[in-house]
Amino acid sequence: MTSHKAPRRMPNPAPLKKVLIAAGAYVIAIIFIFPYLQMIIAALRPREEQREALYLPSSFHWSAFTEFWSGGLAGNLLVTLEVAAGSTILVLLVALPAAYYSARHNFRGRMVFLFLVLITQMFQPTAMLVGIYREFAQFGMVDSVWSLILVNGGFNLAFAVWILHAYFASIPRELEEAAAMDGSGRFGVLFRVTLPLAMPGVVTALIFTFIAAWNEFVVALTLTTTPENQPLTVALNSYIGQYQVDWQSLFAGSVIATIPVIILFALIERKVVSGLTAGSIK
Amino acid sequence: MQQMPALKRVARKLEPLAWIGPAMVLIAVVVVWPVIEMIRSSFLKISRFGVVQGSNGTGNYAKLFDEADFGGVMIRSVIWVVAVVALTVLISLGLAQLFNQRFPGRRVTRWALIAPWAASVVMTSIMFKWMLDPEVGLINMIRRDLGLIDALGGADADPLGAASTAMPWLIAVAVFVSVPFTTYALLAGLATIPAEVYEAARVDGASRWRTYWSVTLPLLRPALTVAALINVMNVFNNFPIIWVMTHGQPGYSTATSTIFMFILKGSDIGESAAMSVVNFGMVIVLVAIFLKVTNWKTEVPR
Repeated sequence: MTSHKAPRRMPNPAPLKKVLIAAGAYVIAIIFIFPYLQMIIAALRPREEQREALYLPSSFHWSAFTEFWSGGLAGNLLVTLEVAAGSTILVLLVALPAAYYSARHNFRGRMVFLFLVLITQMFQPTAMLVGIYREFAQFGMVDSVWSLILVNGGFNLAFAVWILHAYFASIPRELEEAAAMDGSGRFGVLFRVTLPLAMPGVVTALIFTFIAAWNEFVVALTLTTTPENQPLTVALNSYIGQYQVDWQSLFAGSVIATIPVIILFALIERKVVSGLTAGSIK
Repeated sequence: MQQMPALKRVARKLEPLAWIGPAMVLIAVVVVWPVIEMIRSSFLKISRFGVVQGSNGTGNYAKLFDEADFGGVMIRSVIWVVAVVALTVLISLGLAQLFNQRFPGRRVTRWALIAPWAASVVMTSIMFKWMLDPEVGLINMIRRDLGLIDALGGADADPLGAASTAMPWLIAVAVFVSVPFTTYALLAGLATIPAEVYEAARVDGASRWRTYWSVTLPLLRPALTVAALINVMNVFNNFPIIWVMTHGQPGYSTATSTIFMFILKGSDIGESAAMSVVNFGMVIVLVAIFLKVTNWKTEVPR
């Protein structure tokens, strides 16, 4: 009886509170995507209105995107793609065996290795830019896409090792032993049992590395000298400094450089925090 | 026949090397070597074009510490890190609490929060620079229409033109790109707090604030500490925001130590290396604090 009366007597505060919470969250959500909405709107502006103080353009045009592919920035997009894909492949090739072995075996130097990986995660290329530049200048690799792949691979190794390490460690050893008893060799077990089970971790490591290398700026700014060899982040920024800026291409390039990675990132969002804070909290 | 076991033993000993060797080589080439090269360069006299002209002793350091802007740059770096991290943590604590509630559309709003985290900091900075443009910037248009500035294109319409107005904007952009990760890390921390704890607090008649202050916050501390330290590291090393938006100008008035180091690289590589070593020393101190606070050895993932 009383339980029936209670909700009627109260002015039903729960729904109102819920509306306020939702409204606040929506406002914050809009604030956080606002610059990227602006980016899209700016790319769709007609060319004549690029330097006018308008809240919204009079009409929307796709031409910036269709023209982008014949412009100079398309070459920079290709560099970005090469660096991101190359770094991702490098990281997976190097991190997979290391993460698997250190998760499965206790060997001398295991702690040293894991410690080194954690240290690598803490250090960022910005702090040692001069050293990186001097080293690759000695190798004669300044302005080469390979040096960007190497540096991006090295600094993103830690995240991939942590994520993969956690996945391999969570796969029961008995599962591998059972498969081994069925007659699969060591590598047969690895490829047919372990790796498929660790696939979510592999995908997370893959996407995270790809995005990090795709977005990288400081190393590329330091190690590339000719405009054609610069990835999109560097090329777009130096574009602004020029006397006559083709704003439409600039914003089209920004949209192409930004929106795909935001969507990719949404796919792995849940797993990223654990990878970034691994080694400290479980 | 006799050699076989010995060979096998050697092979077994070398086995770890085959698996983790490539990772070690990559770390050595990309992380360890540059550190050594950087420290070595800081004691060398190097021409603008990279030719080593012999040892310079501690000359590079002496020249660096004598720079008129050095003190200001260092103080600004500290203010930059403290202001950005403090604001980020405070805002993220609030946002984590908000996004931890159930409401329709929570998934979508959480996705929106990801955008600045996933997007390149360079792109975000370019957009903010554009929105602050003295002639066509959206933020300036809003300021004009609210009656805060008289006209677009005037000196007061260029927030990035003077250090006193540029620095707050740079800090705001840095907070903007740091909040998403921090909020997510805190949300992960909130998820580990069992519901029974809140139930117990409710039974005890604790008020909402009291519950937050004496239950939620202490239990959130591990996540908060790690998120804050990762932020300190990221913000200290942050280069693109300032570089894209002001280049450290006017003068060196918005330059932090990484910006100063990069500008020096154009004129004196040895001095720039000295600045890097100073930076690096501070990073090492931060890493040491990180390892100490998180008690790394006992908590390493197995």
